[in-house]
Amino acid sequence: MRLLCILSRLIQRLLNQIQSTITKIYVLPIPVYPLRLTARRGGVLSRRRITGEDGRHRGRVVEAKHLQPSDPDVMELYLDLHSQPCRSVFLFAKAVGIPFEFKLVDLAAGQQYSEEFGKISIMRKVPVMKDGSFILTESVAILKYLAQKHSSSVADHWYPAELKQRACVNEYLSWQHMNLRTHGSKVFLLRALYPVIMGSEVPKEKMDAAIEDLNQSLNLLEEKFLQKKPFIVGEKISLADLVAVVEIMQPVGTGLDVFEGRPKLIAWRERVKKEIGEKLFDEAHEAIMKVTSLPQKMKSNSDLEMLIPKFRKIFS
Amino acid sequence: MSLELYLDLFSQPCRSVYIFAKKNNIPFEFKNISLLTGEHYEEEFGKISMIRKVPAMRDGDFCLTESIAIMLYMVQKFKTPDFWYPADLQHRARVDEYLSWQHMAIRMHGSKMFWLRLLIPKVMGVEVPQEKLDAALEDLNGSLKLIEEKFLQDRPFIAGDHMSLADLVAIVEIIQPVGAGLDVFEGRPKLSAWRDRVEAAIGKELFDDAHHAILGAQESVKMMDPSKMQLFKPKILKLFM
Repeated sequence: MRLLCILSRLIQRLLNQIQSTITKIYVLPIPVYPLRLTARRGGVLSRRRITGEDGRHRGRVVEAKHLQPSDPDVMELYLDLHSQPCRSVFLFAKAVGIPFEFKLVDLAAGQQYSEEFGKISIMRKVPVMKDGSFILTESVAILKYLAQKHSSSVADHWYPAELKQRACVNEYLSWQHMNLRTHGSKVFLLRALYPVIMGSEVPKEKMDAAIEDLNQSLNLLEEKFLQKKPFIVGEKISLADLVAVVEIMQPVGTGLDVFEGRPKLIAWRERVKKEIGEKLFDEAHEAIMKVTSLPQKMKSNSDLEMLIPKFRKIFS
Repeated sequence: MSLELYLDLFSQPCRSVYIFAKKNNIPFEFKNISLLTGEHYEEEFGKISMIRKVPAMRDGDFCLTESIAIMLYMVQKFKTPDFWYPADLQHRARVDEYLSWQHMAIRMHGSKMFWLRLLIPKVMGVEVPQEKLDAALEDLNGSLKLIEEKFLQDRPFIAGDHMSLADLVAIVEIIQPVGAGLDVFEGRPKLSAWRDRVEAAIGKELFDDAHHAILGAQESVKMMDPSKMQLFKPKILKLFM
C-alpha cells in the first residue's frame, strides 16, 4: 500500500510536468475509491486534485488505463456548443467534475439528421445524454438527472434539497422555456440567419418587437428572479443561473450587447462566470461568439433545405 | 394554515395543479382568478405574482408560480405517492423529460388552436385565415405524433406502468383544443386508450369537474360580450396576427 502511494506520487509529479500535453482528461467526482480497490481494477495510474483558476477544488484527475473513449461506462453527451441547452449541460458536467465523452453533432452541417443520430434520438435535437443504455433528451431533465445521480459529489446548492429553494430553481427552469429561451433564440435567429434564409434584411418592426420581448424577459429576470440576491435562489449558484446565462449569451454572440445598461445583470453574470470558472465559461462560449461564420456554412449544406420552411415559419 | 391556489380552470396548467391537489387530498383554498374578465391584472393578484399569470400558489408567505414548480413543491412537501414523481432516477428523468419538452410543443400548439378557433374570432370579430388554421393544426398533429411515438410508445403511461405528473400535464393540454371543438382523439386509438387510462387513474368525477369549464367553452365564449374582452387585442395582434 505504501509503495503504491509513493509510486502514485511519483507519477503525479511526472504528470504535472507533462500536463499541457494531456488532451483527454477524465475528472472523477469526489470521493475517490480506496486505492486498493482501484489498483485491483488495474486501471488507475495516478490521481491528483485539480483546482480552478480561482483556487476552488474542482475534482480529481485520474489517469486511467481503461477509461477509453469507447468505454461503455463513460457517459456520452451529444452536443453542439452553438446551442444554449448544450452549453448548460456541458458547463455543469465540467464544473462539477462528471466525466463524459463529448460527441459532436454539428447542427450547421445537418448532422442531427444523420441515420446514426436518429438511432440516438428521434427528436433530432441536442443535447442528448447516453448513460449506459439510458438515453435522455431535454437539457433540464439531463441537468436534474446528473445533479441527483451524482448527489454525493455535486454540491447541494446546484439543485438544493430544501423545499423552497428547490421550488425557486424549478420555477425558473419552467418559466424560462417560453420566455428568455424563446426570445433570446428569436433575436439570435433573426440576426444570424434571417438574411441567409429569407434573402433580405430583417424588417425593422420585426427586429424591434423581438428585442422588446427579450428586454421584457430580462426585466423579469432582474426584478422577479434575481431581485437583490446574488444568484436566483439566493447566496449560491444553482442550475437556474447556469440555464439563464447560456440563453442570454445567445443574442450576445450576434454582437448585440444585451447587458448594456444593466449593471445588476452584469454583476450577476460576473459572479456566475467566477463560480463556473472563467476559462471554462469562455471555452463553452467560443463557438457562439464566432457565430458570424454560421450562415456561410449552412448555405452550402443541401441537407439544410428542409430547415428553411421551419425557419420561415419562425420568421413570419 | 392551508395553501392558497390561484386558479382559472380555463387554463391548462391550472387544471393540472387543481387535479393534483384534489387527488392527493391536499387542503387548499381555491382562489378564482377569471382570466376572461382580466382579474389577473388586479392589484391584489399583483402582490401574489408580478408575472400576472395563473396558476399561482401561496403557502404562508411563500409565493410560487409555474404549475410544474407548484406540483413538485406539493410532491415534496406532502410526500405524495411515489408514482407521481418516482424516486427512481431513470423513471423520474422520463417525467422531467416530458415536462420540459411539452412547454414549446403540445402546450404551445394546443393553446394556439384554442385561441385561433374560439377566442380570436370572438374578440376580433373575424374568422382566422384558413392557412393559419392549417399550419396550427399541422403543428398540433406533430406534437401529438411525438407524444404517441416517443413519449408513450408501447407503455401504458409516459413513465411506464403508472400515471405520473407527465400524464397529468399532457392530458390537460390535449383537452384544450378539444374545448375549442377539435376532436384530437379521433383517428388516434392509442391516444384515446391512454386518455381513458389517465381518466380512470384520476377518477372520472374529478376529471369531469376539472374539465367542465373548458369543455363548455364553445358555449360560454359565444355568450361573452366582445367589448369586454378588448384587453386581449394587443396579445392577439402580437402573437397570432
